[in-house]
Amino acid sequence: MYVAVKGGEAAISNAHRLLADRRRGDRSLPSITIDQVAEQLGLAVDRVMAEASLYDRSLAALAVRQSRGDLIEAIFLLRAYRTTLPRFGNSVPLDTAAMQVERRVSATYKDLPGGQLLGPTFDYTHRLLDPSLLTDEEVDEPARKPASGEEVMRVSDILAHEGLIEADGDLPQDHEAGDLTREPMEFPMGRDLRLQALARGDEGFLLALGYSTQRGYGRNHPFVGEVRIGEVEVEMEVPELGFAVSLGRIRVTECQMVNQFKGSSKAPPQFTRGYGLVFGQSERKAMSMSLVDRALRADELGEDITAPAQDEEFVISHSDNVQATGFVEHLKLPHYVDFQAELAMVRKMRADIEAARAADRGENEMKDAAE
Amino acid sequence: MTADLATYNFAYLDEQTKRMIRRAILKAIAIPGYQVPFASREMPMPYGWGTGGVQVTASIIGRQDVLKVIDQGADDTTNAVSIRAFFQKVADVAVTTHTKDATIIQTRHRIPEQKLTEDQVLVYQVPIPEPLRFLEPRETETRKMHALEEYGLMHVKLYEDIAQNGRISKTYAYPVKVDGRYVMDPSPTPKFDNPKMHMSDALQLFGAGREKRIYAVPPHTEVVSLDFEDYPFEIQTFEQDCALCGAHGVYLDEVVLDDRGGRMFVCSDTDHCEDRREHGHVGAMLAPNQEAAE
Repeated sequence: MYVAVKGGEAAISNAHRLLADRRRGDRSLPSITIDQVAEQLGLAVDRVMAEASLYDRSLAALAVRQSRGDLIEAIFLLRAYRTTLPRFGNSVPLDTAAMQVERRVSATYKDLPGGQLLGPTFDYTHRLLDPSLLTDEEVDEPARKPASGEEVMRVSDILAHEGLIEADGDLPQDHEAGDLTREPMEFPMGRDLRLQALARGDEGFLLALGYSTQRGYGRNHPFVGEVRIGEVEVEMEVPELGFAVSLGRIRVTECQMVNQFKGSSKAPPQFTRGYGLVFGQSERKAMSMSLVDRALRADELGEDITAPAQDEEFVISHSDNVQATGFVEHLKLPHYVDFQAELAMVRKMRADIEAARAADRGENEMKDAAE
Repeated sequence: MTADLATYNFAYLDEQTKRMIRRAILKAIAIPGYQVPFASREMPMPYGWGTGGVQVTASIIGRQDVLKVIDQGADDTTNAVSIRAFFQKVADVAVTTHTKDATIIQTRHRIPEQKLTEDQVLVYQVPIPEPLRFLEPRETETRKMHALEEYGLMHVKLYEDIAQNGRISKTYAYPVKVDGRYVMDPSPTPKFDNPKMHMSDALQLFGAGREKRIYAVPPHTEVVSLDFEDYPFEIQTFEQDCALCGAHGVYLDEVVLDDRGGRMFVCSDTDHCEDRREHGHVGAMLAPNQEAAE
């Protein structure tokens, strides 16, 4: 016999206990430490910091461990913590030209001030599984060279000398960057908010959209002006002091995409830019972001909007993976009240059709008999 | 990463955030049915799982409040249990499953069967607040349509339904017009519950966290389900009574008993059902000597 279900509480607590068990796994193996995650799974930690919009390697590593390596879950954990933190103010804009670069490549110039620097990249590795990683073999210390002191000029600045590239945005000096985690989001957005949304947007989603522009859905003729990875100083103006003080250094990846542009009624022929800036080391994300940023500037530059990647409302409304995963996965919550309503209606509609058919049959039989 | 990291304000949200949300709520009450954008916060539960309702509840709840949380009409569904536990943890408020004892009722997909009073607030969890969303996916467009009171598209949709199916085939999230002005999504409650919204004594608040909207129906406000003169709005009716408490004219859940088509119908509102049984009402399945009588 049916008994009203009780015990959701016990079920939930047992489920969480089992989850903790599975997270720990085989007890005969040592458990991984947060430091190990931060040091040896650093790119996972970087992604979590970037998409959670919170720069804290230890907390991100904790989230990765707590989520059993499910990065979207880890991003969610870190964001739910971030949202409770007080805001003290805004930093001054990062000066990425003053970056201590560890990697810097340009696809538009063979050589340039500051040089090309490969850094710690997967590029040009042959993707062969490496048996030496099965054991704990000694790893060589990296080769180092003394800092040259040469300024690592931004490619956009080099092009700007000739006036061939659009200038930096024309926001007024006292413009305060928006924050979509603190203010309601409205369309159309300013580019500052759009870039914020992209910076915390899902890497996979932006990758696919960026890729779609390359395949002709909103093509924007991109060149990698440069990608640079390294540490930058974060500074903040303190009103009492009257000058900026350093809060510390963070590692970021910056991509300046240089895009050919034939000109339109709104802008002369020149190179335009798409911009990507991401916490930690993530070239894929920074490059995708800059492709999508450029695509989303279609309206501003007077281009036709024909492709998904150019559609601000479509892109920004769907780029947040914590929102997306929540809403997709909520489908597993009970919906039986609504389903019941649908069930009753489908039954009624079918009954109506049956009744109409039966009536038709009856009429035909009467006709047959009469003939 | 120390222990003091995990300290949270009463009801989780910080006071500035609560103030921001309360302002949005006041605006929503002042313009019944209008969707007020608000800076929805990231909550420690997933989007789509009640973050809007939780933020509204967290902003209005006080230490004296008694909270009831239901999902599909039931207090014991897992997500209702989870949200109730959340507020017990972060606000340490009294909770109840009895509709009549609650001052705040947070709900997903149902309105309690028992008539609510002016001392109660009903907080709805809303997935998609925009009633026009499935006719026009763009927010920029739908906001314009609301501003201009341009609801022709909705009526055309309902008309097409009748033309194709012989009836308005919307069974839940059935659109309503509030106070003669805004067309509003009542959240995915079955249309059975729509009449309960009309001239309700209780304040009704709607929170959509992912979509960052709050809207409201103040007490004693007209809420009319959209229809046509020749196709008037109708609610669902059930042929059976509740198998446990014998209630008639309430919303029922269908429970599958076996793989041979066996079904029973029971109250979706579990508190209502339990209350009736306590008062001696008995449904077919619990009737004494049922088998002996056969």
